[in-house]
Amino acid sequence: MTRNRVIGTSVKRREDPDLITGRGRYTDDLTRPGMLHLAIVRSPYAHAVVGRIDATRALEVPGVVAVYTAADLEASGIPGVVPTAWLLPDLKTPPHPLLAKDRVRYVGDGVALVVADSRYSARDGADLVEVDYEPLQGVSNPRKATEAGAPQLFDEAPGNIAFDWELGDAEATDRAFEGAATVAKVALRNNRLIPHAVEPRAALAEWDRSAGSVTIHMTSQNPHVHRLLMSLASLGLPEHKIRIVAPEVGGGFGSKIHHYPDEALAAWCAMQLDRPVKWTATRSETNMTDAHGRDHVTEAEIALDEDGRIVGLRANTWAAMGAYLSTFAPAVPTYLHGTLLSGQYAIPAIHVHVFGVFTSTTPVDAYRGAGRPEATYIVERLLDRAADETGLDAAEIRRRNFVPPDAFPFQTQVALAYDSGNYAPALDRALEMAGYDDLLAEQSRRRADGDGPLLGVGLSSYIEACGIAPSQVVGSLGAQAGLWESAKIRVHPTGSVTVYTGSSAHGQGHETTFSQIVAEKLGLDVDQVDVVHGDTREVQFGMGTYGSRSAAVGGSAIVTGLDKVIAKGRRIAAHMLEAATEDVVFEDGAFQVKGVPDRAKAWGEVVLAAYLAHDLPEEMEPGLEATSFYNPSNFTYPFGTHVAVVEIDRETGVVRLVRYVAVDDVGNVINPMIVDGQIHGGIAQGVGQALWEEAVYDDDGQLLTGTMLDYALPRAHNLPSYELDRTVTPCPHNPLGVKGVGEAGAIASPAAVVNAVVDALFHLGVRHLDMPLTPEKVWRAMKEGGRS
Amino acid sequence: MSYHVQLEVNGRRHEREVEPRMLLVHFLREELGLTGTNVGCETSLCGACTVLVDGAAVKSCTQLAVQADGASITTIEGLATNGELHALQQAFWDLHGLQCGYCTPGMILAAADLLERNPDPDDGEIREALKGNVCRCTGYHNIVRAVRRAAEGGAA
Ligand code: FES
Ligand code: FES
Repeated sequence: MTRNRVIGTSVKRREDPDLITGRGRYTDDLTRPGMLHLAIVRSPYAHAVVGRIDATRALEVPGVVAVYTAADLEASGIPGVVPTAWLLPDLKTPPHPLLAKDRVRYVGDGVALVVADSRYSARDGADLVEVDYEPLQGVSNPRKATEAGAPQLFDEAPGNIAFDWELGDAEATDRAFEGAATVAKVALRNNRLIPHAVEPRAALAEWDRSAGSVTIHMTSQNPHVHRLLMSLASLGLPEHKIRIVAPEVGGGFGSKIHHYPDEALAAWCAMQLDRPVKWTATRSETNMTDAHGRDHVTEAEIALDEDGRIVGLRANTWAAMGAYLSTFAPAVPTYLHGTLLSGQYAIPAIHVHVFGVFTSTTPVDAYRGAGRPEATYIVERLLDRAADETGLDAAEIRRRNFVPPDAFPFQTQVALAYDSGNYAPALDRALEMAGYDDLLAEQSRRRADGDGPLLGVGLSSYIEACGIAPSQVVGSLGAQAGLWESAKIRVHPTGSVTVYTGSSAHGQGHETTFSQIVAEKLGLDVDQVDVVHGDTREVQFGMGTYGSRSAAVGGSAIVTGLDKVIAKGRRIAAHMLEAATEDVVFEDGAFQVKGVPDRAKAWGEVVLAAYLAHDLPEEMEPGLEATSFYNPSNFTYPFGTHVAVVEIDRETGVVRLVRYVAVDDVGNVINPMIVDGQIHGGIAQGVGQALWEEAVYDDDGQLLTGTMLDYALPRAHNLPSYELDRTVTPCPHNPLGVKGVGEAGAIASPAAVVNAVVDALFHLGVRHLDMPLTPEKVWRAMKEGGRS
Repeated sequence: MSYHVQLEVNGRRHEREVEPRMLLVHFLREELGLTGTNVGCETSLCGACTVLVDGAAVKSCTQLAVQADGASITTIEGLATNGELHALQQAFWDLHGLQCGYCTPGMILAAADLLERNPDPDDGEIREALKGNVCRCTGYHNIVRAVRRAAEGGAA
């Protein structure tokens, strides 16, 4: 009898019963006896010299316990900085102190701490700390920041340049352009985004004076990484004296990967005052201090031969780093961006040049997709521009240039080696679902008749590099960490299992998905498997959840751990059955002698034998538990084609997304319901970027979209339901054949939507518009046509 | 200065002395320990803090505790009856209407208010009714499905 398979089924999430009844415990839900509240005084200026700080009035507020400044931090002797963890060659790394001392460099830079016995008193106190500022000129645009005469943020980074990075063969690319039949260009801005996890960042720190250790419950996507950076750079406590726990985490999208000053400051205050201290960001603090995403200025061009085949691609990008280098910031516009510029296409020559630029703005770092949406946006805008210039249909030009299915593994000109792929079927399926030809016919009809809203259809054939990442590769590229994952499989004497994973969830449903993997491999019910994550005391080490890595890397670590457990089980079973280990197989929850099904031992019998240890093979240790560290051998390469259909009101320029079709190939699927949910959420975020979202700064660096009132998030009434399907090309190099799904939607959708809007306006002479495509921008383009 | 408030939450009466400026959401979370109601913005823009006040959906960060004096309030903790999930809770679970769950209590209570007023909404009406509630995880797709499923099953 073969059991029903568990992998591939939409098991309902075990996380949900708590979350739908209000029992889920997020960081701000936690309280402790004697707990104090921290409020942080932040700079209202983008760039200023900090003078005298006067706490007199703040200290008079009833309930205020202490006010601290950078001088107090320094006096305590802690390392006191927030480092970047990705060192590119010649990277300028001016220090980012936990509190600004002489100078502030963005609106939101912390200058003082107020600790009080209630949330309200702490904020009252923060309002009354008087700080003398001498404002300096700021700069928000990354390209302008490199120009002569721009205000300089750091002496050690002339021209505000943090790094100057190139990839690809410049000469070969020049030659390709010289000989090209067609060249198409685009100059674009990839708009700056604020992540907006609905749960603001928060931390509750508890100091145990006797043990000399601090426990921090916090909104973290990667508790061990936070512990490491807290230890080395911020607090100076040894790693084993810091425990970080991520309880329920209310979304992250990258913003809770990074190590910020605030959580470390809560810990420092708890250590100073010997009382629990909680800090919870307000929404406006979140918008000022959560690392923003994107913010690129790019000029790109593509060269084609007379058959419409791509012969070269070139991109120059100015990527804002913000005021300081955030945790993974230097990696995002380089190794997660430049390396993706081949897209799904066989491009013989590529060159990319990226300047990482300090601007007097909130630091920029990984946000859902991180570099890959920016790359996809460039490539897919260029493909549409190339279609314009060659007169080829948008689908046809893509199909003509796809890496053919027999060319894998495919070495691109920008470092990555695609392991597998089959791009045309996803495109075909997406076109079929959308009814592409009918849509184009309807578009022509409306143009000719002049009735009804303008109709536009946009394609985006994307690729991503997920399963981040092969440690050796990222090490050679500057990462100060290996990006493997760990798992511990603890089999209990009665046969149930607890899995400890270093992959820490914040809404992805890891407990459900990972229990499916274990249940499938061991022939158990999912209820016999518990999954523990998000606590540095429980889990040996882990790299966390981002870069669509949890199933591909975290899941693979679980599988290799299970393999070790099964291997030991086979030896025990062989001993019990008096057979050779090689002859014993594990199938359907039992160890049996190959070909002799009645010579078998059930899972439970073997596990119990391991713990009784009455009669184990010679020199075998009792018990059944395995730890594994899985280091992927390559990235994974999900791909797909998305189709956006928009209507534009001819009078007002309002864009309505009327349909959205997504065909994705994320490899094997463990839980289809969860995978679809990830795609849905990613699409909404990418559509948000295309149509509404933008963190707006004035030229000086004043943040103009500091609240949810000014920053337009996608809401239910702005969006359609999505039409999804998938193709399945399993990843060849990990044991589950999975590739990762967390970012696909956000990577594909901005290009699909912008291509659709430009398509709708094409007959008016419009060839490009920058995101977000607000009604005003679209209305102006309709009036001005080709001038845009 | 503090004020006396007395109100009913999830069928239980509570009396407290509170600062006049205390937000209802902080009263629920910090005075009563009902942390199921979440705070996403404190400025009435995200909907995470939505509760039912005398049966109508209210963002509890826009109301002061003293304004709720005498009211009857339902929070997410009070929606299930005798351990049986409300049809909306069940549908959100069945159809994956939540990921991180942070928006979920507010989303479910806003939907409960809708179904009270309109027991058979179409997708457009559901989307309109939920436009005050931000979800950053689900793209709303499964939330809309869940509300419709709950309506079909009779949520009231
Ligand atoms: S917390 Fe009340 S609406 Fe956001
Ligand atoms: S489920 Fe995360 S915000 Fe809605």
